[in-house]
Amino acid sequence: MLLESIAFLLGTTLMYATPLIYTSLGGTISENSGVVNIGLEGIMFMGAFIGAAIGYYTHSGWIGFLAAGVVGGLFGLLHAVACISFTADQVVSGIAINFLGPGFALLLSRLMFDGAAMTLPLPLDEKISRPLNGLFPQNSFFDVILNRYSTVYLAFFLVLVVWFVLYKTKLGLRIRSVGEHPEAAATLGIDVYKIRYMSVIASGVFAGFGGAAVSVAIVSQFRITLISGQGFIALAAMIFGKWKPQGAMWACLLFGFAQAIVVFMPRTGIEVSSQLLSMLPYILTLILLVVFVGKSVAPSADGKIYEKN
Amino acid sequence: MKNPLKNSALGITLISILLGLFVGALILLFIGYNPIEAYSVMLNGIFGSVRYLSWTIIYATPIILTGLSVAFAFKTGLFNIGAEGQYIVGALTAALVGYYVPMPTLLHIPFVLICSITAGSLWGSIAGYLKARFGVNEVISTIMLNWIALYLNNFFVLNEKIKRPGSEATNKILDSAKIIFFDVWKKSPDGQAFRKAHPFFNDIFRTPANAGFLIAILAAVLVLLILNKTTLGYSLKAVGFNKDAAEFGGINIKSSMISSMAIAGGLSGLAGAVQVTGFTREASALAAMEGYGFEGISVALIGANNPIGCVLAGLFYGALKYGGSKIQPRIGAPYEIISIIMGTIVLFIAMPKLIRMMKITKKKEAE
Repeated sequence: MLLESIAFLLGTTLMYATPLIYTSLGGTISENSGVVNIGLEGIMFMGAFIGAAIGYYTHSGWIGFLAAGVVGGLFGLLHAVACISFTADQVVSGIAINFLGPGFALLLSRLMFDGAAMTLPLPLDEKISRPLNGLFPQNSFFDVILNRYSTVYLAFFLVLVVWFVLYKTKLGLRIRSVGEHPEAAATLGIDVYKIRYMSVIASGVFAGFGGAAVSVAIVSQFRITLISGQGFIALAAMIFGKWKPQGAMWACLLFGFAQAIVVFMPRTGIEVSSQLLSMLPYILTLILLVVFVGKSVAPSADGKIYEKN
Repeated sequence: MKNPLKNSALGITLISILLGLFVGALILLFIGYNPIEAYSVMLNGIFGSVRYLSWTIIYATPIILTGLSVAFAFKTGLFNIGAEGQYIVGALTAALVGYYVPMPTLLHIPFVLICSITAGSLWGSIAGYLKARFGVNEVISTIMLNWIALYLNNFFVLNEKIKRPGSEATNKILDSAKIIFFDVWKKSPDGQAFRKAHPFFNDIFRTPANAGFLIAILAAVLVLLILNKTTLGYSLKAVGFNKDAAEFGGINIKSSMISSMAIAGGLSGLAGAVQVTGFTREASALAAMEGYGFEGISVALIGANNPIGCVLAGLFYGALKYGGSKIQPRIGAPYEIISIIMGTIVLFIAMPKLIRMMKITKKKEAE
């Protein structure tokens, strides 16, 4: 019984943490290059729709997932054009993206799905696959934890990739130098605009993946309330993770765990208001921000406008 | 010759609005709807009758107030994404106090409003305190507080002892707490007779026309006075302008942050109170954010953080929302075009450089 509960909690944690990990990796890349992207929420919303809609029409969750990345990247490009080429206030541009993402997603949904603000569900076998299905005896300890959709493993793999790129490659060094001191980076011959464009587009791609990781894996369709704030939570996770991919991953896991407790409690028979329980992840974030983060340690040029002379 | 409109914030705002409407038209055209038809349905839906105008004002009222809230915080260098949550606690407070604390009207309305302002104010100052004391970024803390407020609202509203049987909402507030104009009288035989004789007033009385808009204007004037005529406003603006200089000048930054967020929160709380006492008369369980806070951010941006600008921008947004709600039933174009138009306007307002560049090219072409 205890083992079962632990397995359920860990498995559910992985499930809920996954979309957040994608999106917070996006935030990490963008902000390390010095561009704040609070439009992640809107891009995730769009990604969730594109993933489910394209997945439905192509009969493939994976094509939907990739399409969500592409469209997410386009929204990233929009944010990049505004913030980098036209020196827009990054937060304001992000707010605009948060209007545009859901706006376009719902508009397209109504056009493609007969006026409905949700997509038709993908059949089970067209969703993202579960590669480890059948490896462990059904409902055994490891089966409950590890038998997950491929998007879950991919997310953790990408944490490794982003970490490697940011800290072990020349490109990563450039991204970080552009985020710390763009003027100095420019004198060394680094094309600040190019690096920032790449990073912000990448953040859109990741947020698009994050949205699709909800709509074609955890569930099988897009609904208007599907994302509700997860993009913002991913942003908080990135800050809590001190702008580092591995830190963001741990923060997302913590969120996933809080969410798993919300799902787990009713099964224990302990009477707790589900509404109060639902506050847990958010209250936890506030407490953790107070206890552990203190003064922020953002890249020093994060959110600041840089203009070529 | 220098045209003052051309390079001013107002000029950029107006051009952004035009560009937003233009992009909206292009998208409508692209998805197969006639934009001229869509916009004329909207215009007619806003100005076509006194009743429509009254609805437009009702739609505008809460977002003028959340807009003022965001603008006030902006002026003092803080970004209040938490207007949404402060609105929710304000609305919940109004619904509860409006039903459970019976009082004569003359006392009840101010009492409800003050309770909601206090609730919103407390909610806002949590974020101010976390920033001042622990350096927690207010953008993140207010987002978290929004969700906590949403679940707190649902916790109260769905409580068996509070919720109205057969609904997912609180009991309707008492007549004494309503700010709807002549709400009791207009349904009485006297009122009915008057309405028959005066179609103009009948048109207005068919909507829940209420004092909320007047309250919002009063609040805008108050914000203007606080910012420009008081020591508090002076020091808050100084902190927003240059934190270090303000501190050097002897202003207590930490307490400034808290009072700024408290005032901003109070304004959003008032928005919730006005919506409940003037329109919905109840607080209901929320499945998702209603968006008054985020709409307030756009109102503040379009209004250039100026209180009077917020009133005008709120009316514009209210008109777009109400007029826009008619295009779907009338010509079938998706309502979400409104979000796209708003998003585009905000995006252009964020890029004054682009608009200035467009003007320069125009000038060159003219030469």
